Amino acid sequence: MTQSQAGGGIRLRGRFSHGDQPLFDDLDLALEGGQWTCLLGPSGVGKSTILRVIAGLDTGGVFDGSIDPDDGAPLHGRFAYMAQSDLLLPWLDVRGNVMLGASLRGQDRTPDRADQLLKRVELEQHAAKRPHELSGGMRQRVALARTLMEDRPLLLLDEPFSALDARTRSEMQELAFEMLAGRTVLLVTHDPAEAARIGHRIYLMTESGLERAPTGEQKPLRGFDDPETLSIQSRLFARLRQR
Amino acid sequence: MRRLRDIVLVIVGVTAAWELLVWLTGVPPFILPGPFRVAKAAITHAGLIGEHALVTLVEVLAGLLLGSVLGAGTSLYLMASSTARRLLLPLMVFSQTVPVFALAPLLTLWLGYGIGSKIAMTLLIIYFPVASTFYDGLRNTPPGFLDLAATMNATPRRTLFQVRVPAALPSLASGLKLAAVYAPIGAVIGEWVGASRGLGYLMLLANGRVKIDLMFAALFVLAALTILLHTTVSRAGHRLTRWASGT
Repeated sequence: MTQSQAGGGIRLRGRFSHGDQPLFDDLDLALEGGQWTCLLGPSGVGKSTILRVIAGLDTGGVFDGSIDPDDGAPLHGRFAYMAQSDLLLPWLDVRGNVMLGASLRGQDRTPDRADQLLKRVELEQHAAKRPHELSGGMRQRVALARTLMEDRPLLLLDEPFSALDARTRSEMQELAFEMLAGRTVLLVTHDPAEAARIGHRIYLMTESGLERAPTGEQKPLRGFDDPETLSIQSRLFARLRQR
Repeated sequence: MRRLRDIVLVIVGVTAAWELLVWLTGVPPFILPGPFRVAKAAITHAGLIGEHALVTLVEVLAGLLLGSVLGAGTSLYLMASSTARRLLLPLMVFSQTVPVFALAPLLTLWLGYGIGSKIAMTLLIIYFPVASTFYDGLRNTPPGFLDLAATMNATPRRTLFQVRVPAALPSLASGLKLAAVYAPIGAVIGEWVGASRGLGYLMLLANGRVKIDLMFAALFVLAALTILLHTTVSRAGHRLTRWASGT
């Protein structure tokens, strides 16, 4: 891993409102450098909004606060984004999609590096195919390769595995965890099992606000059938059900 | 194969019904000639019809090309400039309240009796469908694609040409298909108002001389030309946006 890939921490503090309606007050979210922070909560509670605020994307509301990276440098150009939908451009082939960032910035495209990454996600045979020729899991692996191609220290993942079937999802979690090691990751998810497996830190977001959930002794990636994983998962689930 | 059989069946059926109608009603040929009389006129005057059809085809193709380039260019300009959106968009919508057909005499006055006024008429008729469908497509890029481009620090220009434009190609293809059907109408109306060549002119001429069979023959050639144009544009559009239908 190069210096540029190693992720530092980030702290987000402030309030967010939609028109007159406050969505959250006194938000305080810390992403630990080089670790996976999971933001877990039910649908519609505003998890993705937080991620979009950090990414500087349109949220339809107003964020009043600060986003402070540990090193004080601006975030612009230092993060990559992955969404629930793979967002592969259907008119480009797989390799073209992996190199999209470079072409959108007018930089030299590096097909060799794209092929290396496709090999790591075991899709080197499919480099010339169009997205519609691939399965959902394969498409999300292309999206992962495209994210890695960006080579950014901070990763913002908005439920990237939630549309996959259970087996593919657990495989993708393992692959992503391995490939993004050392980077700072914010994973937005509504799945307690996912958070319990993959999160160094887990924040629970409910209608009553944001709270940090205990994660136990073991470091991720935790086994999906490990008693500690299951215990974290059931605690998270119980807390989610309390509303 | 089945499609071809269906087409042949429809043609045979319509021709038979037409002939039957003429035979049963005893309507004179200068009001409604039967299909065989029309076919005979088409063969007899093949050279004449071909000559005029070529003129109309040139007008249609030139108008289609210019109108498409201008329409697509306007959409891109509207996307790229907010000032253009503010000033041009209302003007474009307002321009559609003027019936384009009513401009034909003016165009003939300004551009003369040659093919220039017909090309202009064709251009005017297809400009708006092309511009509005493409502009709609450009505005309705899936928001996720734009989010992705933004997080990749894409410039607005590259986002427009590498994301919005390709995503809007299926809309542009629909606009062009409409244009392929409208374009011959524009050319023929131009010819009706004042011309010395073209299928529209030939139809008026044949009508004036009570050669209704020739008029029908010219009409069928015009229809065939339109079908051919529409099919060609559809196929080209389909090839260009194959990814959109997942084939």
